[in-house]
Amino acid sequence: MLSQWFNDWNSRNPTNIYGPAILVGALGGAVLIAILLVTWGQPFATVSMQTGPRGTGMEVVEFESDVTSVDPTIESYYTEEPYVPEVGELLAKDIYENVQVLGELTDDNFNRVMNAMTQWVSPEEGCAYCHGDVDIEDYGRDDLYTKVVSRRMIQMTQAINEEWDGHVNAVKEVGVNCYTCHRGQNVPSDIWFKVGAVNEATKGWSAIQNRATMISQSTSLPSDALEKYLLDGEQIVVHDLDSRVVGGPASEDDLLPSIQDTERTYALMNYFANSLGVNCVFCHNSRAFYSAAGEVTPQWSTASLGIQMVQELNSDYLVPLKDLYPASRLGPVTQDAPKVACRTCHKGYQQPLQGMNMTADWPELASSEAPEY
Amino acid sequence: MAIREYQNIFTQVQVQGNPEWGMDDNRRMLRERVGKPTFSTLIGWFGNAQIGPVYLGWTGIISLTTGILWLNIIGLNMLAQVGWSIPEFIRQLFWLALEPPGPEYGLSMPPLNDGGWYIIASFFLLVSVMTWWLRTYLLAAEHKMGKHVAWAFLSAIWLFLVLGLFRPVLMGSWSEAVPYGIFAHLDWTTAFSIRYGNLYYNPFHALSIVFLYGSVLLFCMHGATILAVTRYGGDRELEQIVDRGTATERAALFWRWTMGFNATMEGIHRWALWFAMLTPITGGIGILLTGTVVDNWFIWAQEHNFAPIYDGSFGYEDYTTYESFIGKED
Repeated sequence: MLSQWFNDWNSRNPTNIYGPAILVGALGGAVLIAILLVTWGQPFATVSMQTGPRGTGMEVVEFESDVTSVDPTIESYYTEEPYVPEVGELLAKDIYENVQVLGELTDDNFNRVMNAMTQWVSPEEGCAYCHGDVDIEDYGRDDLYTKVVSRRMIQMTQAINEEWDGHVNAVKEVGVNCYTCHRGQNVPSDIWFKVGAVNEATKGWSAIQNRATMISQSTSLPSDALEKYLLDGEQIVVHDLDSRVVGGPASEDDLLPSIQDTERTYALMNYFANSLGVNCVFCHNSRAFYSAAGEVTPQWSTASLGIQMVQELNSDYLVPLKDLYPASRLGPVTQDAPKVACRTCHKGYQQPLQGMNMTADWPELASSEAPEY
Repeated sequence: MAIREYQNIFTQVQVQGNPEWGMDDNRRMLRERVGKPTFSTLIGWFGNAQIGPVYLGWTGIISLTTGILWLNIIGLNMLAQVGWSIPEFIRQLFWLALEPPGPEYGLSMPPLNDGGWYIIASFFLLVSVMTWWLRTYLLAAEHKMGKHVAWAFLSAIWLFLVLGLFRPVLMGSWSEAVPYGIFAHLDWTTAFSIRYGNLYYNPFHALSIVFLYGSVLLFCMHGATILAVTRYGGDRELEQIVDRGTATERAALFWRWTMGFNATMEGIHRWALWFAMLTPITGGIGILLTGTVVDNWFIWAQEHNFAPIYDGSFGYEDYTTYESFIGKED
């Protein structure tokens, strides 16, 4: 096939081509892949959600496979339509003892809610998780902490739907019920506790940062961001809203946020972004995180309401329950009550359960008033 | 194989033999040169194959001692933070840091475990860096050289002093200084930009980037040009300044015919030195102005028609909905 002179030349000049071929092939292949990646981009399909004016780089980018995969907890969600009450039907408060919440429900609907709560919170333990292993006549007793906590959680759920409508129904009717946090578990995932000092032999700012913790999202940023901003209610402020302002980080009269405050805020924002599966420009503009002109997206307002909501839920509902819990339910470091934040509901999604309406079948949980069906 | 000689990342010519000790005019100068010279082929691929001797001198001794103290104070503090556990120290090394004191201490001396060690370590680092600078100056004088290296080093020291000394003093708090830690100093950098409304709108930051990228470009153009004419003696650059040979002629013609202008054998080095020095000089000015003169660079830039002011009609209602984003739109 090849010319005679070529075959002769080859036989006179034996050369090991395999060694160099592997090296050249590997290097050449690597260069080719690098060029393809740089010019054509990574090969997996992405989708973008525009969040700001064109040309400002404001978009949330996700792999298509990530964003279209369905939240696996949606499938195991239990729901049941309400029974429309007939005139003159007896109410739960008349039938059962010690009904402090949900008393305005008819017997059918009361048991429907009780059953659903079992499916959502204690599918394995059943009714006994809250009522104990007793006869049904004794279900009115408040012997177990789980029952007392549940009652408060029902009130909390109603308050969220009623008073924080601007957050939980910001885009469309979504609302929350027990399953939004619990997802079939006795204790919801993604609750948080205070972690205290993370470093030994230190005080102040040195003691609360530079360790990979759950709360710092494995960064070296401060680990007390949730505690300070979502429990103690410290103001989340970083920027000055003028190009020149009086004051400084050590000023007595005109105290301004320090670099350290900024890092703590950054830790909170990391938590925020990871909890919702978004990036900075979902809420903020891409030029400066905040500015005098208020160049923030509508999501920023929803998120701000969410911060206030979480503060209220922690201070009014969750922290006061501390003395009810057994030691095993308290925080490992400071024995504090379990607390909520963005991820407790959102679980990494922009909208919990990808925007499924959680109050549609459950008007009892959407309001502290008697339900209207 | 010409390709191996001229397009190689390693030095192609190595000289190994009797070690070069340097001059000893008065028979007393060798006392301060320490270390028995050795040769390394590996090192020779990157530069001169001879290692040592080192002129230590009083500046070298002070600089190394204080530098080692600085490093060890940081390391021991990190080790104390993980309860003196070596495995944890290694595991957490990139996270650990020696932090400056909190803002509440202002410019006073804080307790050792709340930034005090940071102040002590920083003092040693200051002495170490400044004596090392003196070393570059004095050794240049000994060699009857110009002091170019010392001034170039001083431009980097300017940025270092702005970050750790001048700016914290002007801000009235040591808490503004940069922490010693791998991730911690990166966190500081991000937080510094965020705190002052996006440092990219700081024109001196922009200038610094220009000179940084410019330095990279000039370094690459110059290195490539000289290597390309090495076969004509182009790497003997200083001789070519005064006695221009065919290497210079070819390199000059190449650039003049390519872009209409060429540097000279002398001028290219002035360009390179100034571009490199102006990187930390302009950067340092930018840092020094931040928080002292300007508190929000984005708003400052808007006031100076340097950043656009959006009028508020953002058109949010027309953007992608969450349902279409996750592929669930009806």
